[in-house]
Amino acid sequence: MKDTHLAERVDTMTQLKISARHVNVHYGETHAVKDVSVDIDANSVTAFIGPSGCGKSTFLRCLNRMNDTIDTCRVSGGIRIDDEDIHDRKVDPVQLRAKVGMVFQKPNPFPKSIHDNVAYGPKIHGLARTRAETSGIVEDALRKAALWDEVKDRLDAPGTGLSGGQQQRLCIARAIATAPDVLLMDEPCSALDPVATAQIEELIDDLRQSYCVVIVTHSMQQAARISRKTAFFHLGSLVEFGETDRIFTSPEDPRTENYITGRIG
Amino acid sequence: MTARSHSLLVQDARTRRRNAAEARFRVYGLGAISVAALALVVLLSSVVSSGIGAFRQTYITLEISLPEAKLDKSGTRDPEVMAKVTTFGYAPLLQDALLRTMEQSGITTSLSAADVGKIISKEAAATLRDHVLANPDLIGGSVTLDVLAEGRIDGYFKGRVTLESAALDANTSPEALRIAQGLADAGVIETRLNRRFLTAPDASDQRPEAAGLGVAILGSLYMMLVVLVLALPIGVATSIYLEEFAPRNRLSDLVEVNISNLAAVPSIVFGILGLAIFINFAGLRQSSPLVGGLVLTLMTLPTIIISSRAALKSVPPLIRDAALAVGASRMQAVFHHVLPLAAPGILTGTIIGLAQALGETAPLLLIGMVAFVRDYPAAYTDEAGLFAEAATALPVQVFNWTQRADPGFVERASGAIITLLVFLLAMNAAAILLRRRFERRW
Ligand SMILES: Nc1ncnc2c1ncn2[C@@H]1O[C@H](COP(=O)(O)OP(=O)(O)OP(=O)(O)O)[C@@H](O)[C@H]1O
Ligand SMILES: [Mg+2]
Repeated sequence: MKDTHLAERVDTMTQLKISARHVNVHYGETHAVKDVSVDIDANSVTAFIGPSGCGKSTFLRCLNRMNDTIDTCRVSGGIRIDDEDIHDRKVDPVQLRAKVGMVFQKPNPFPKSIHDNVAYGPKIHGLARTRAETSGIVEDALRKAALWDEVKDRLDAPGTGLSGGQQQRLCIARAIATAPDVLLMDEPCSALDPVATAQIEELIDDLRQSYCVVIVTHSMQQAARISRKTAFFHLGSLVEFGETDRIFTSPEDPRTENYITGRIG
Repeated sequence: MTARSHSLLVQDARTRRRNAAEARFRVYGLGAISVAALALVVLLSSVVSSGIGAFRQTYITLEISLPEAKLDKSGTRDPEVMAKVTTFGYAPLLQDALLRTMEQSGITTSLSAADVGKIISKEAAATLRDHVLANPDLIGGSVTLDVLAEGRIDGYFKGRVTLESAALDANTSPEALRIAQGLADAGVIETRLNRRFLTAPDASDQRPEAAGLGVAILGSLYMMLVVLVLALPIGVATSIYLEEFAPRNRLSDLVEVNISNLAAVPSIVFGILGLAIFINFAGLRQSSPLVGGLVLTLMTLPTIIISSRAALKSVPPLIRDAALAVGASRMQAVFHHVLPLAAPGILTGTIIGLAQALGETAPLLLIGMVAFVRDYPAAYTDEAGLFAEAATALPVQVFNWTQRADPGFVERASGAIITLLVFLLAMNAAAILLRRRFERRW
């Protein structure tokens, strides 16, 4: 398997952004991610699919070291972003997370105004010096997240007062406002209607030009629509990883085929 | 499955049983609340009915002549010489003034002049003396003063003392009450609002009519200041550290268990600790609000820490994750997002802790705050030792007064309880208001 995707990389001549080697994650006794090795390209969208509880979110959280905040969680193996070991003792996770943004599975806006939700990241990273700059960033992020038209008249209203789908888009806006290199999205569209989903997919497509996007999704169609490569996880292991087209048309592993055709899940 | 009714319009037996259980539970709840409310009403009404009198006081308006021959023989108006005349020199002047007033009002009596003089409080001579020493020009003329009536007379006008009870009382007589009634009819004796109750210091055993809460309120206020200034920052900082930063291990578990244990330690133990550390070891002054405040701080800290930790814990972890994921440091996540959300809870805990401290008696007894404080702390006027002078506290004053023999102090003690309750209510109201303000910021 390794050989095939190495070959693909040479083929497409894309740049390597993230490389994970033999990553294992334990929650106390639970072995949630088992020996996962994967290479993720820059300027492309990579999708993680797999049945519920198979460790997609857990693996995603390894990439910006959010698992550090869970006491029982132990991560081993090597993860390199731009060829730098993110577990190096010199790496400050705070800096890492500014570079690797994240949208969570459950929408989690701050209990502050819509404006402050988006402006918070730029503010603490010193991305905006003046008020005008800040509102420029806020508007831009909200537009990209397809939320601007709905909230432009009530930027001072609490972010928690939005609908579930709007909250999720607010979280996306918040994540892109800090201008990360890598954007990790954990089922960003699970609470969205088809229109908003289409808008987010459009956004992801735009982001692909300059960012590396990793998206977890339960929608096969979505993975097929937006991702260049797809990784299929099952029971904590990475079963198959490759070009999305190939995964969906001629999967090598029977488990992948079963999942795609709806026989396990 | 078979028992389930097929029509929604007919309740099956199971639903009926469930509804009956629910109805029963509601009745139990209502019953419990009614009992509690009744107890509260009884408690409050008994305290208020016996204590409200303390906020009114009976005064006698007398025109007192101040002969130079008695008060300043040398005629020099030298304060030092004048101060040699004690209250015993002033008492007869009051007695004369009263007898004269009775004569003018046409009241005659079989009582001796000395017994008539007992209608006036022993405190009055001191009041008059202070007044004359402050205004030496009055000597040789006369002055009109409202002086305190003696406790039994005061009690008579508040319905506490009757002619029958006076007959059995060595300290007064029905005849004295009759005179007082006559003076009241003549407008010389009047019962009115008692501001002194909240400002005057304590008075000795024989003069409940003069006793006030001034020093106790001041002492309590200073102690609350000490507690607030020390316990709030220390408690909040501790809970933030324990909840957000400390690694979870044996040591932090041990600290946690011990804090919970401390919260359950009887308050008197903190008094013993305070006596040993602050007074015997550190050499701070006994009975001072500083030591009292320190002891109460120790006692309040666990309460504040536990409630603050609970408040921090109740902030959804999602919020922390959200902050960390946009690249906030742990400290930024805590101070920008978690703490504002936990603030209402922390505040409530702090005010509950303060209220507890305000009402605490036992540990203060041990560090000597039960002392009889006749005068305002000198420091009240001289800022140097603001917190280091002897004072008492409200609950200790209640304790103190309930120990005294004179029935006039029962009224005073209840009055002090009312004052204490008002303070507590004010604090709780402040807590609610502050919480509202914080919550409005979501
Ligand atoms: N904080 C945690 N503590 C302990 N176990 C956890 C924790 N988070 C996840 N797990 C366990 O790790 C495994 C993988 O969970 P994960 O959330 O990564 O699944 P997932 O693939 O994202 O599933 P879903 O599609 O339902 O979101 C599960 O068995 C889960 O029970
Ligand atoms: Mg998940």
